[in-house]
Amino acid sequence: MALRMWASSTANALKLSTSASRSALASPAFSLARSFSTVLEGFKYASSHEWVKHDGPVATIGITDHAQDHLGEVVFVELPEEGKSVSQGNSFGAVESVKATSDINSPISGEVVEVNTKLSESPGLINSSPYEDGWMIKVKPSNPSELESLMGAKEYTKFCEEEDASH
Amino acid sequence: MAVSQTRDLGLPLIKLLRLKGVPILQQLHLEERLLRTSSDNWCIINDGTIDPTIVMGISGKPQELLEIESILRDDIPVIRRFTGGGTVIVDQGTIFVTFICNKDAVPGLQSYPQPIMSWSSLLYKKVFQGIGDFRLRENGILRAWRPQVWRECESITKNRWVHHTSFLWDYEISNMGYLKLPKRAPEYRQARDHLEFICRMKDYISRSSFIDRTIEAVGSEFLLRSAELEDAHCTLGSKFEPSSRLLRKQELGEAIFKSLTASQS
Repeated sequence: MALRMWASSTANALKLSTSASRSALASPAFSLARSFSTVLEGFKYASSHEWVKHDGPVATIGITDHAQDHLGEVVFVELPEEGKSVSQGNSFGAVESVKATSDINSPISGEVVEVNTKLSESPGLINSSPYEDGWMIKVKPSNPSELESLMGAKEYTKFCEEEDASH
Repeated sequence: MAVSQTRDLGLPLIKLLRLKGVPILQQLHLEERLLRTSSDNWCIINDGTIDPTIVMGISGKPQELLEIESILRDDIPVIRRFTGGGTVIVDQGTIFVTFICNKDAVPGLQSYPQPIMSWSSLLYKKVFQGIGDFRLRENGILRAWRPQVWRECESITKNRWVHHTSFLWDYEISNMGYLKLPKRAPEYRQARDHLEFICRMKDYISRSSFIDRTIEAVGSEFLLRSAELEDAHCTLGSKFEPSSRLLRKQELGEAIFKSLTASQS
């Protein structure tokens, strides 16, 4: 029996954006008939749907628009403390959305140097602004070459399309 | 229990672990360990838990969800579990059904909250088919049984997910008095208090019939293999520390203080 998961079988057309701001075409969170997820140029992406933006000595990490859309309304975020180590591919925290918690995995290894404290009072920033106000942690990378193993915007867009199409 | 050997049409294998009266904290620890350290699919059915226990989701705030003074007075344990979702009070009248699966175990199922809940909804629809007055209502993303006899919640990792459900086969009316009406509640709840919102499954189906029907429904999606608790413990890594825990009385006391402080400000 082929299961039809209608909540995720709605086609997710992905739109690339070259600006740092969200695409104006991105639908608001919680919309049942969502048609676009934003993917930003200049960011790197993990197959577990986290993004990383490397800026000098610090890399900022969050979850993608595709991820927040599939998770639903985020009601709680559990993040590590400053000074804690994170390692590539391993969980560093969790988001709670509609009856579920989902692990957040770090795209790179390093030391947490800053945590977005606004998320404790306003976890919904992850839905409304996944690439800006919804950032989660800033990390001092211990192995910058790990960034090369991550996907660029076009590759991640294709990855999401293939993932949605296969289900 | 007779495990069907006749269907092996490429169905994924699942280990069926049947428990009876295992304390809920022990069950949660087992589930989290299996989620994090096992690579097998598991279906755990725990027929009742020994003592009445309150189980909150990972982000639950006692001062918002619980009648703490009553809980402290009556010495009711309160657990914060590793999954999200709401608060339940469980006891020997609760039947627990948990799925712990690899992300690709169910063909076509994306390991996100809504798809997993939709999948479980379809499975339980088979269990309840033809039983009493239960009607499955699709309500946009959320769906509700009217009245409600279960609470469900999930945890999703990179490669696996767990979906556990507490079925209220029976419950003590007095126990519901320990729970407050949640601030954040689905629309279908319509601000009803717990006793209006839920009903006893025992009025519709026997305990053994429910469990048998659930196993049969699972068997339509998976190839079942019976397992024992010792089998589950053998597969577990020794270093993993589960995060579900019992809240200390001091923490509950502090929650009362927070509640009083908030109301005064």
